[in-house]
Amino acid sequence: MKQLKILEFALAALLRRKFKNFAILAMFSFTVAILSSVLSLTHALKEETAYILQDVPDLIVQRVIGGRHDLIPLQYRKEVAAIRGVTGVEPRYWGYYYDALTRANYTLIGTGGTTANLTLLDGHLPAESGQSAIGLGVAEMRGSTQSGELILVNSKNTGVLYEVSGIFRSESRLLTNDLVVLTDDDIIRFFGYPDGQATDLVVTVPNSNEIQTVAAKIKKILPDTRPITKRELIRTYDMVFNWRSGMMLTVFSAAVIAFCIIAWDKATGISGEEKQEIGILKAVGWDTADVLALKFWEGLSLSLLSLLTGLILSYIHIALFNGVILSSVIRGWSVLFPGFQIEPSFPLYHIWLMTFCTIVPYVASTVIPTWKTAITDPDSVMRG
Amino acid sequence: MFKAKLFLCLVAFELFLLTVLQWRSGIVAAADHTLLIEKRELAAQMKLTDLALWTEARYTRHPSQTDFFSAFQDSPGSPDHFPAGSIMAPPSQFHRQ
Repeated sequence: MKQLKILEFALAALLRRKFKNFAILAMFSFTVAILSSVLSLTHALKEETAYILQDVPDLIVQRVIGGRHDLIPLQYRKEVAAIRGVTGVEPRYWGYYYDALTRANYTLIGTGGTTANLTLLDGHLPAESGQSAIGLGVAEMRGSTQSGELILVNSKNTGVLYEVSGIFRSESRLLTNDLVVLTDDDIIRFFGYPDGQATDLVVTVPNSNEIQTVAAKIKKILPDTRPITKRELIRTYDMVFNWRSGMMLTVFSAAVIAFCIIAWDKATGISGEEKQEIGILKAVGWDTADVLALKFWEGLSLSLLSLLTGLILSYIHIALFNGVILSSVIRGWSVLFPGFQIEPSFPLYHIWLMTFCTIVPYVASTVIPTWKTAITDPDSVMRG
Repeated sequence: MFKAKLFLCLVAFELFLLTVLQWRSGIVAAADHTLLIEKRELAAQMKLTDLALWTEARYTRHPSQTDFFSAFQDSPGSPDHFPAGSIMAPPSQFHRQ
Protein backbone atom coordinates (compact mmCIF):
# COMPACT_ATOMS: atom_id res chain seq x y z
CA MET A 1 0.00 0.00 0.00
CA LYS A 2 2.88 2.31 0.84
CA GLN A 3 4.46 1.61 -2.54
CA LEU A 4 1.14 2.37 -4.24
CA LYS A 5 1.06 5.76 -2.52
CA ILE A 6 4.65 6.43 -3.57
CA LEU A 7 3.66 5.46 -7.14
CA GLU A 8 0.74 7.92 -6.95
CA PHE A 9 3.16 10.63 -5.80
CA ALA A 10 5.66 9.68 -8.54
CA LEU A 11 2.99 9.93 -11.25
CA ALA A 12 1.91 13.33 -9.91
CA ALA A 13 5.57 14.45 -10.03
CA LEU A 14 5.85 13.22 -13.63
CA LEU A 15 2.66 15.08 -14.60
CA ARG A 16 4.01 18.30 -13.08
CA ARG A 17 6.68 18.22 -15.84
CA LYS A 18 4.33 16.76 -18.40
CA PHE A 19 5.75 18.29 -21.59
CA LYS A 20 9.28 17.10 -20.86
CA ASN A 21 8.09 13.67 -19.79
CA PHE A 22 5.73 13.23 -22.73
CA ALA A 23 8.61 14.14 -25.04
CA ILE A 24 10.78 11.48 -23.34
CA LEU A 25 7.91 8.97 -23.54
CA ALA A 26 7.43 9.65 -27.26
CA MET A 27 11.11 9.42 -28.10
CA PHE A 28 11.64 6.40 -25.89
CA SER A 29 8.66 4.58 -27.46
CA PHE A 30 9.86 5.47 -30.96
CA THR A 31 13.36 4.13 -30.21
CA VAL A 32 11.92 0.90 -28.84
CA ALA A 33 9.52 0.62 -31.79
CA ILE A 34 12.31 0.96 -34.34
CA LEU A 35 14.66 -1.44 -32.56
CA SER A 36 11.91 -3.93 -32.00
CA SER A 37 10.74 -3.66 -35.63
CA VAL A 38 14.27 -4.36 -36.83
CA LEU A 39 14.65 -7.36 -34.51
CA SER A 40 11.19 -8.69 -35.30
CA LEU A 41 11.49 -8.24 -39.06
CA THR A 42 14.90 -9.86 -39.30
CA HIS A 43 13.84 -12.67 -36.98
CA ALA A 44 10.78 -13.39 -39.15
CA LEU A 45 12.84 -13.24 -42.37
CA LYS A 46 15.50 -15.48 -40.88
CA GLU A 47 12.96 -18.06 -39.74
CA GLU A 48 11.11 -18.05 -43.05
CA THR A 49 14.31 -18.30 -45.11
CA ALA A 50 15.67 -21.13 -42.97
CA TYR A 51 12.45 -23.05 -43.57
CA ILE A 52 12.12 -22.32 -47.28
CA LEU A 53 15.72 -23.26 -48.03
CA GLN A 54 15.50 -26.67 -46.31
CA ASP A 55 15.05 -28.52 -49.63
CA VAL A 56 17.52 -26.59 -51.77
CA PRO A 57 20.15 -28.64 -53.64
CA ASP A 58 22.57 -30.53 -51.40
CA LEU A 59 25.56 -29.22 -53.30
CA ILE A 60 26.11 -26.59 -55.98
CA VAL A 61 29.37 -26.89 -57.89
CA GLN A 62 30.67 -23.74 -59.55
CA ARG A 63 33.77 -23.31 -61.66
CA VAL A 64 35.99 -20.47 -60.54
CA ILE A 65 38.52 -18.87 -62.89
CA GLY A 66 40.62 -15.92 -61.79
CA GLY A 67 38.54 -15.65 -58.63
CA ARG A 68 35.35 -15.26 -60.66
CA HIS A 69 32.43 -17.58 -61.21
CA ASP A 70 32.73 -19.07 -64.69
CA LEU A 71 30.74 -21.50 -66.85
CA ILE A 72 31.35 -25.13 -65.94
CA PRO A 73 32.07 -27.80 -68.60
CA LEU A 74 29.42 -30.52 -68.74
CA GLN A 75 32.08 -33.26 -68.78
CA TYR A 76 32.70 -32.45 -65.10
CA ARG A 77 29.36 -34.18 -64.48
CA LYS A 78 30.88 -37.63 -65.09
CA GLU A 79 33.68 -37.08 -62.60
CA VAL A 80 31.31 -35.77 -59.94
CA ALA A 81 28.75 -38.54 -60.57
CA ALA A 82 31.48 -41.17 -60.07
CA ILE A 83 32.00 -40.10 -56.45
CA ARG A 84 30.46 -42.57 -53.97
CA GLY A 85 27.38 -41.15 -52.32
CA VAL A 86 26.34 -38.97 -55.28
CA THR A 87 23.06 -40.03 -56.85
CA GLY A 88 22.51 -37.23 -59.33
CA VAL A 89 24.27 -34.37 -61.11
CA GLU A 90 22.21 -31.88 -63.07
CA PRO A 91 23.34 -28.74 -64.89
CA ARG A 92 21.69 -25.41 -64.08
CA TYR A 93 21.43 -22.66 -66.65
CA TRP A 94 20.86 -19.18 -65.37
CA GLY A 95 22.13 -15.62 -65.64
CA TYR A 96 21.32 -11.96 -65.14
CA TYR A 97 19.58 -9.59 -67.49
CA TYR A 98 19.56 -5.80 -67.25
CA ASP A 99 16.36 -4.41 -68.67
CA ALA A 100 17.20 -0.96 -70.01
CA LEU A 101 13.50 -0.22 -70.47
CA THR A 102 12.65 -0.46 -66.78
CA ARG A 103 16.22 -0.15 -65.43
CA ALA A 104 15.71 -3.32 -63.44
CA ASN A 105 17.75 -6.50 -63.19
CA TYR A 106 16.04 -9.83 -63.82
CA THR A 107 17.29 -13.31 -63.06
CA LEU A 108 16.79 -15.67 -65.99
CA ILE A 109 16.75 -19.33 -65.08
CA GLY A 110 16.18 -22.57 -66.99
CA THR A 111 13.52 -25.03 -65.90
CA GLY A 112 16.04 -27.87 -65.72
CA GLY A 113 13.42 -30.04 -67.41
CA THR A 114 10.91 -29.56 -64.57
CA THR A 115 7.31 -29.57 -65.65
CA ALA A 116 5.87 -29.93 -62.13
CA ASN A 117 2.61 -28.18 -61.35
CA LEU A 118 3.51 -25.55 -58.81
CA THR A 119 0.73 -24.32 -56.55
CA LEU A 120 2.32 -20.86 -56.39
CA LEU A 121 2.27 -20.50 -60.16
CA ASP A 122 -0.81 -19.29 -62.04
CA GLY A 123 -0.43 -21.14 -65.34
CA HIS A 124 2.37 -23.58 -66.08
CA LEU A 125 6.13 -23.69 -66.42
CA PRO A 126 7.49 -23.29 -69.97
CA ALA A 127 7.07 -26.63 -71.68
CA GLU A 128 8.44 -25.63 -75.08
CA SER A 129 10.71 -23.06 -76.64
CA GLY A 130 9.28 -19.53 -76.71
CA GLN A 131 7.38 -19.82 -73.44
CA SER A 132 8.21 -18.21 -70.11
CA ALA A 133 6.98 -18.14 -66.53
CA ILE A 134 7.66 -14.85 -64.78
CA GLY A 135 7.66 -13.33 -61.31
CA LEU A 136 4.95 -10.86 -60.40
CA GLY A 137 7.50 -8.02 -60.13
CA VAL A 138 8.57 -8.56 -63.76
CA ALA A 139 4.94 -8.97 -64.90
CA GLU A 140 3.87 -5.72 -63.24
CA MET A 141 6.84 -3.80 -64.55
CA ARG A 142 6.49 -5.03 -68.13
CA GLY A 143 2.70 -5.14 -68.25
CA SER A 144 2.83 -8.82 -69.17
CA THR A 145 -0.28 -9.59 -67.13
CA GLN A 146 -2.40 -7.92 -69.80
CA SER A 147 -0.35 -8.62 -72.93
CA GLY A 148 0.70 -12.19 -72.10
CA GLU A 149 4.01 -11.45 -73.78
CA LEU A 150 7.54 -10.60 -72.75
CA ILE A 151 10.17 -9.17 -75.05
CA LEU A 152 13.82 -9.39 -73.98
CA VAL A 153 16.97 -8.42 -75.86
CA ASN A 154 19.39 -11.33 -76.22
CA SER A 155 23.20 -11.40 -76.29
CA LYS A 156 23.16 -10.70 -80.06
CA ASN A 157 21.14 -7.52 -79.37
CA THR A 158 18.03 -8.98 -80.96
CA GLY A 159 14.61 -8.72 -79.36
CA VAL A 160 13.09 -12.09 -78.52
CA LEU A 161 9.37 -12.52 -77.89
CA TYR A 162 8.26 -15.01 -75.25
CA GLU A 163 4.72 -16.09 -74.55
CA VAL A 164 3.97 -15.84 -70.81
CA SER A 165 2.72 -19.29 -69.85
CA GLY A 166 2.60 -18.61 -66.12
CA ILE A 167 2.95 -15.86 -63.52
CA PHE A 168 4.14 -16.64 -60.01
CA ARG A 169 1.65 -15.68 -57.32
CA SER A 170 2.32 -12.72 -55.04
CA GLU A 171 2.82 -15.00 -52.01
CA SER A 172 6.02 -16.28 -53.61
CA ARG A 173 7.46 -12.81 -54.25
CA LEU A 174 10.31 -13.32 -51.82
CA LEU A 175 11.64 -16.07 -54.10
CA THR A 176 10.33 -15.23 -57.55
CA ASN A 177 9.80 -11.47 -57.85
CA ASP A 178 12.55 -10.92 -60.46
CA LEU A 179 12.50 -14.38 -62.05
CA VAL A 180 12.06 -15.12 -65.73
CA VAL A 181 11.89 -18.89 -66.21
CA LEU A 182 12.63 -20.21 -69.72
CA THR A 183 13.45 -23.66 -71.02
CA ASP A 184 17.13 -24.60 -70.71
CA ASP A 185 17.60 -24.41 -74.50
CA ASP A 186 16.11 -20.91 -74.59
CA ILE A 187 18.48 -19.79 -71.83
CA ILE A 188 21.49 -21.22 -73.72
CA ARG A 189 20.40 -19.47 -76.92
CA PHE A 190 19.48 -16.22 -75.18
CA PHE A 191 22.81 -15.78 -73.40
CA GLY A 192 24.80 -17.41 -76.20
CA TYR A 193 26.40 -19.95 -73.86
CA PRO A 194 29.00 -22.13 -75.61
CA ASP A 195 28.01 -25.76 -76.26
CA GLY A 196 28.73 -28.21 -73.46
CA GLN A 197 28.81 -25.59 -70.70
CA ALA A 198 26.38 -24.76 -67.90
CA THR A 199 26.22 -22.08 -65.21
CA ASP A 200 26.76 -24.59 -62.41
CA LEU A 201 26.01 -28.17 -61.40
CA VAL A 202 23.45 -29.34 -58.87
CA VAL A 203 24.61 -32.45 -57.01
CA THR A 204 22.27 -34.73 -55.07
CA VAL A 205 23.72 -36.45 -52.01
CA PRO A 206 20.92 -38.29 -50.15
CA ASN A 207 22.94 -38.87 -46.98
CA SER A 208 23.40 -35.46 -45.41
CA ASN A 209 26.38 -36.72 -43.37
CA GLU A 210 28.29 -37.31 -46.60
CA ILE A 211 27.79 -33.86 -48.16
CA GLN A 212 30.91 -32.35 -46.63
CA THR A 213 33.06 -35.34 -47.67
CA VAL A 214 31.66 -35.27 -51.21
CA ALA A 215 32.39 -31.52 -51.38
CA ALA A 216 35.99 -32.14 -50.29
CA LYS A 217 36.38 -34.90 -52.90
CA ILE A 218 35.01 -32.66 -55.67
CA LYS A 219 37.48 -29.94 -54.70
CA LYS A 220 40.31 -32.51 -54.81
CA ILE A 221 39.34 -34.04 -58.17
CA LEU A 222 38.40 -30.73 -59.80
CA PRO A 223 40.59 -28.04 -58.20
CA ASP A 224 39.13 -25.21 -60.30
CA THR A 225 35.69 -25.73 -58.80
CA ARG A 226 33.97 -24.42 -55.71
CA PRO A 227 31.40 -26.68 -54.09
CA ILE A 228 28.77 -24.83 -52.03
CA THR A 229 27.01 -27.05 -49.53
CA LYS A 230 23.41 -26.68 -48.39
CA ARG A 231 24.67 -25.94 -44.88
CA GLU A 232 26.81 -23.05 -46.15
CA LEU A 233 23.87 -21.75 -48.13
CA ILE A 234 21.53 -21.69 -45.15
CA ARG A 235 24.26 -20.25 -42.94
CA THR A 236 24.78 -17.42 -45.41
CA TYR A 237 21.21 -16.31 -44.86
CA ASP A 238 21.58 -16.75 -41.17
CA MET A 239 24.48 -14.29 -41.39
CA VAL A 240 22.66 -11.94 -43.78
CA PHE A 241 19.79 -11.55 -41.37
CA ASN A 242 21.93 -11.70 -38.31
CA TRP A 243 21.11 -8.88 -35.97
CA ARG A 244 24.76 -7.95 -35.88
CA SER A 245 24.71 -7.06 -39.57
CA GLY A 246 25.43 -3.58 -40.85
CA MET A 247 21.88 -2.30 -40.87
CA MET A 248 21.33 -3.48 -37.34
CA LEU A 249 24.43 -1.70 -36.19
CA THR A 250 23.48 1.48 -38.01
CA VAL A 251 19.92 1.63 -36.75
CA PHE A 252 20.83 0.29 -33.35
CA SER A 253 23.71 2.71 -32.84
CA ALA A 254 21.57 5.72 -33.81
CA ALA A 255 18.90 4.68 -31.34
CA VAL A 256 21.41 3.88 -28.63
CA ILE A 257 23.20 7.21 -29.09
CA ALA A 258 19.89 9.06 -28.76
CA PHE A 259 19.05 7.06 -25.70
CA CYS A 260 22.52 7.60 -24.21
CA ILE A 261 22.10 11.37 -24.57
CA ILE A 262 18.96 11.22 -22.43
CA ALA A 263 20.57 8.90 -19.91
CA TRP A 264 23.70 11.06 -19.79
CA ASP A 265 21.61 14.20 -19.33
CA LYS A 266 19.80 12.60 -16.43
CA ALA A 267 22.83 10.90 -14.90
CA THR A 268 25.08 13.96 -14.90
CA GLY A 269 22.76 15.85 -12.64
CA ILE A 270 19.20 16.54 -11.77
CA SER A 271 17.61 19.93 -12.17
CA GLY A 272 17.48 22.53 -9.39
CA GLU A 273 13.74 22.06 -9.19
CA GLU A 274 14.13 18.32 -8.64
CA LYS A 275 16.84 18.90 -6.04
CA GLN A 276 14.58 21.28 -4.19
CA GLU A 277 11.77 18.73 -4.33
CA ILE A 278 14.03 16.05 -2.83
CA GLY A 279 15.18 18.50 -0.13
CA ILE A 280 11.58 19.31 0.81
CA LEU A 281 10.65 15.62 0.96
CA LYS A 282 13.60 14.93 3.24
CA ALA A 283 12.75 17.95 5.39
CA VAL A 284 9.15 16.77 5.86
CA GLY A 285 10.36 13.40 7.09
CA TRP A 286 10.85 11.16 4.05
CA ASP A 287 13.64 8.56 4.40
CA THR A 288 16.38 8.31 1.80
CA ALA A 289 14.90 4.89 0.93
CA ASP A 290 11.48 6.49 0.29
CA VAL A 291 12.99 9.17 -1.93
CA LEU A 292 14.87 6.49 -3.86
CA ALA A 293 11.64 4.44 -4.15
CA LEU A 294 9.89 7.54 -5.50
CA LYS A 295 12.53 8.06 -8.18
CA PHE A 296 12.55 4.33 -8.93
CA TRP A 297 8.80 4.42 -9.59
CA GLU A 298 9.18 7.56 -11.69
CA GLY A 299 11.82 5.90 -13.87
CA LEU A 300 10.06 2.54 -14.01
CA SER A 301 6.62 3.92 -14.87
CA LEU A 302 7.99 6.05 -17.69
CA SER A 303 10.27 3.37 -19.13
CA LEU A 304 7.77 0.50 -18.75
CA LEU A 305 5.05 2.49 -20.46
CA SER A 306 7.49 3.44 -23.24
CA LEU A 307 8.63 -0.16 -23.67
CA LEU A 308 5.11 -1.55 -23.94
CA THR A 309 3.95 1.26 -26.24
CA GLY A 310 7.05 0.80 -28.40
CA LEU A 311 6.48 -2.95 -28.71
CA ILE A 312 2.83 -2.45 -29.70
CA LEU A 313 3.79 0.26 -32.21
CA SER A 314 6.43 -2.00 -33.76
CA TYR A 315 3.89 -4.79 -34.09
CA ILE A 316 1.45 -2.45 -35.84
CA HIS A 317 4.28 -1.12 -38.04
CA ILE A 318 5.24 -4.60 -39.26
CA ALA A 319 1.83 -6.29 -39.36
CA LEU A 320 -0.38 -3.50 -40.67
CA PHE A 321 2.05 -1.26 -42.52
CA ASN A 322 4.41 -4.00 -43.76
CA GLY A 323 7.42 -2.36 -42.10
CA VAL A 324 7.13 0.73 -44.32
CA ILE A 325 9.85 2.70 -42.48
CA LEU A 326 12.35 -0.16 -42.56
CA SER A 327 11.59 -1.48 -46.03
CA SER A 328 12.82 1.79 -47.55
CA VAL A 329 16.08 1.27 -45.64
CA ILE A 330 16.34 -2.40 -46.54
CA ARG A 331 15.35 -1.76 -50.16
CA GLY A 332 18.75 -0.35 -51.12
CA TRP A 333 18.92 0.29 -54.86
CA SER A 334 16.69 -2.61 -55.85
CA VAL A 335 14.30 -1.48 -58.56
CA LEU A 336 12.38 -4.72 -58.17
CA PHE A 337 11.80 -5.11 -54.47
CA PRO A 338 9.37 -7.77 -53.29
CA GLY A 339 8.15 -5.90 -50.21
CA PHE A 340 7.29 -7.73 -47.02
CA GLN A 341 4.28 -9.76 -46.11
CA ILE A 342 5.63 -10.86 -42.80
CA GLU A 343 3.91 -11.66 -39.56
CA PRO A 344 5.87 -10.19 -36.66
CA SER A 345 6.69 -12.24 -33.64
CA PHE A 346 8.59 -11.35 -30.52
CA PRO A 347 10.60 -14.23 -29.14
CA LEU A 348 11.03 -14.03 -25.39
CA TYR A 349 14.74 -13.25 -25.63
CA HIS A 350 13.96 -10.17 -27.79
CA ILE A 351 11.63 -8.87 -25.08
CA TRP A 352 14.28 -9.51 -22.42
CA LEU A 353 16.89 -7.81 -24.58
CA MET A 354 14.70 -4.75 -25.06
CA THR A 355 13.87 -4.65 -21.35
CA PHE A 356 17.49 -4.81 -20.24
CA CYS A 357 18.62 -2.32 -22.88
CA THR A 358 15.95 0.24 -21.99
CA ILE A 359 14.33 -0.08 -18.56
CA VAL A 360 17.44 -1.00 -16.56
CA PRO A 361 19.72 1.85 -17.76
CA TYR A 362 16.88 4.39 -17.59
CA VAL A 363 15.87 3.47 -14.04
CA ALA A 364 19.55 3.42 -13.01
CA SER A 365 20.15 6.85 -14.51
CA THR A 366 17.13 8.17 -12.60
CA VAL A 367 17.95 6.64 -9.23
CA ILE A 368 21.74 7.12 -9.05
CA PRO A 369 21.85 10.98 -9.20
CA THR A 370 18.90 11.08 -6.81
CA TRP A 371 20.80 8.96 -4.33
CA LYS A 372 23.67 11.48 -4.48
CA THR A 373 21.25 14.31 -3.69
CA ALA A 374 19.19 12.36 -1.15
CA ILE A 375 22.18 11.64 1.11
CA THR A 376 23.07 15.35 1.25
CA ASP A 377 21.76 17.55 4.04
CA PRO A 378 18.22 18.78 3.10
CA ASP A 379 18.97 22.34 4.13
CA SER A 380 21.97 22.68 1.81
CA VAL A 381 20.05 20.94 -0.99
CA MET A 382 17.14 23.39 -0.72
CA ARG A 383 19.51 26.38 -0.63
CA GLY A 384 21.17 24.99 -3.82
CA MET B 1 -4.89 6.93 -5.71
CA PHE B 2 -6.65 7.59 -8.98
CA LYS B 3 -3.45 8.17 -10.96
CA ALA B 4 -1.74 5.00 -9.70
CA LYS B 5 -4.80 2.87 -10.46
CA LEU B 6 -5.16 4.45 -13.91
CA PHE B 7 -1.48 3.80 -14.60
CA LEU B 8 -1.71 0.16 -13.48
CA CYS B 9 -4.82 -0.30 -15.64
CA LEU B 10 -2.98 1.19 -18.62
CA VAL B 11 0.01 -1.13 -18.10
CA ALA B 12 -2.33 -4.12 -17.72
CA PHE B 13 -4.18 -3.12 -20.89
CA GLU B 14 -0.94 -2.79 -22.88
CA LEU B 15 0.26 -6.16 -21.57
CA PHE B 16 -3.06 -7.71 -22.54
CA LEU B 17 -2.91 -6.12 -26.01
CA LEU B 18 0.64 -7.38 -26.50
CA THR B 19 -0.40 -10.89 -25.47
CA VAL B 20 -3.35 -10.80 -27.89
CA LEU B 21 -1.06 -9.62 -30.71
CA GLN B 22 1.44 -12.40 -29.95
CA TRP B 23 -1.39 -14.91 -29.86
CA ARG B 24 -2.67 -13.57 -33.20
CA SER B 25 0.84 -13.98 -34.67
CA GLY B 26 0.83 -17.60 -33.59
CA ILE B 27 -2.51 -18.22 -35.29
CA VAL B 28 -1.49 -16.42 -38.49
CA ALA B 29 1.83 -18.29 -38.55
CA ALA B 30 0.01 -21.61 -38.17
CA ALA B 31 -2.38 -20.67 -40.99
CA ASP B 32 0.57 -19.65 -43.18
CA HIS B 33 2.29 -22.99 -42.68
CA THR B 34 0.75 -24.44 -45.87
CA LEU B 35 2.04 -21.43 -47.76
CA LEU B 36 5.52 -22.02 -46.32
CA ILE B 37 5.41 -25.63 -47.51
CA GLU B 38 4.42 -24.43 -50.98
CA LYS B 39 7.29 -21.94 -51.02
CA ARG B 40 9.67 -24.68 -49.91
CA GLU B 41 8.40 -26.91 -52.71
CA LEU B 42 8.85 -24.08 -55.21
CA ALA B 43 12.46 -23.49 -54.12
CA ALA B 44 13.17 -27.22 -54.35
CA GLN B 45 11.53 -27.74 -57.77
CA MET B 46 13.12 -24.68 -59.33
CA LYS B 47 16.45 -25.32 -57.54
CA LEU B 48 16.41 -21.75 -56.22
CA THR B 49 19.15 -20.91 -53.78
CA ASP B 50 18.53 -17.28 -52.84
CA LEU B 51 15.88 -14.70 -52.05
CA ALA B 52 14.87 -12.10 -54.62
CA LEU B 53 15.37 -9.26 -52.15
CA TRP B 54 18.23 -7.19 -53.53
CA THR B 55 18.49 -7.32 -57.30
CA GLU B 56 21.03 -4.57 -57.89
CA ALA B 57 24.18 -6.70 -58.02
CA ARG B 58 25.02 -10.38 -58.36
CA TYR B 59 26.51 -10.58 -54.88
CA THR B 60 23.36 -9.09 -53.36
CA ARG B 61 20.93 -11.12 -55.51
CA HIS B 62 22.75 -14.39 -54.82
CA PRO B 63 24.79 -13.93 -51.62
CA SER B 64 25.20 -17.68 -51.25
CA GLN B 65 26.63 -18.08 -54.77
CA THR B 66 28.91 -15.09 -54.85
CA ASP B 67 32.64 -15.36 -55.42
CA PHE B 68 35.09 -14.20 -52.78
CA PHE B 69 35.96 -10.96 -54.55
CA SER B 70 32.60 -9.62 -55.65
CA ALA B 71 32.38 -7.19 -52.75
CA PHE B 72 35.62 -5.63 -54.03
CA GLN B 73 34.82 -5.40 -57.71
CA ASP B 74 37.28 -2.67 -58.62
CA SER B 75 40.07 -3.22 -56.16
CA PRO B 76 40.57 -4.91 -52.82
CA GLY B 77 39.23 -2.69 -50.07
CA SER B 78 37.28 -0.42 -52.41
CA PRO B 79 34.05 0.94 -50.97
CA ASP B 80 30.88 -0.95 -51.65
CA HIS B 81 28.87 0.22 -54.67
CA PHE B 82 25.46 -0.66 -53.35
CA PRO B 83 23.62 0.23 -50.15
CA ALA B 84 22.55 -3.39 -49.72
CA GLY B 85 26.20 -4.20 -49.08
CA SER B 86 25.93 -2.31 -45.81
CA ILE B 87 22.61 -3.91 -44.96
CA MET B 88 23.68 -7.52 -45.34
CA ALA B 89 26.48 -9.12 -43.40
CA PRO B 90 29.58 -10.40 -45.22
CA PRO B 91 29.32 -13.90 -46.78
CA SER B 92 29.72 -16.73 -44.30
CA GLN B 93 33.03 -17.71 -45.92
CA PHE B 94 34.61 -14.67 -44.29
CA HIS B 95 33.62 -15.87 -40.83
CA ARG B 96 35.98 -18.45 -39.48
CA GLN B 97 34.43 -20.90 -37.07
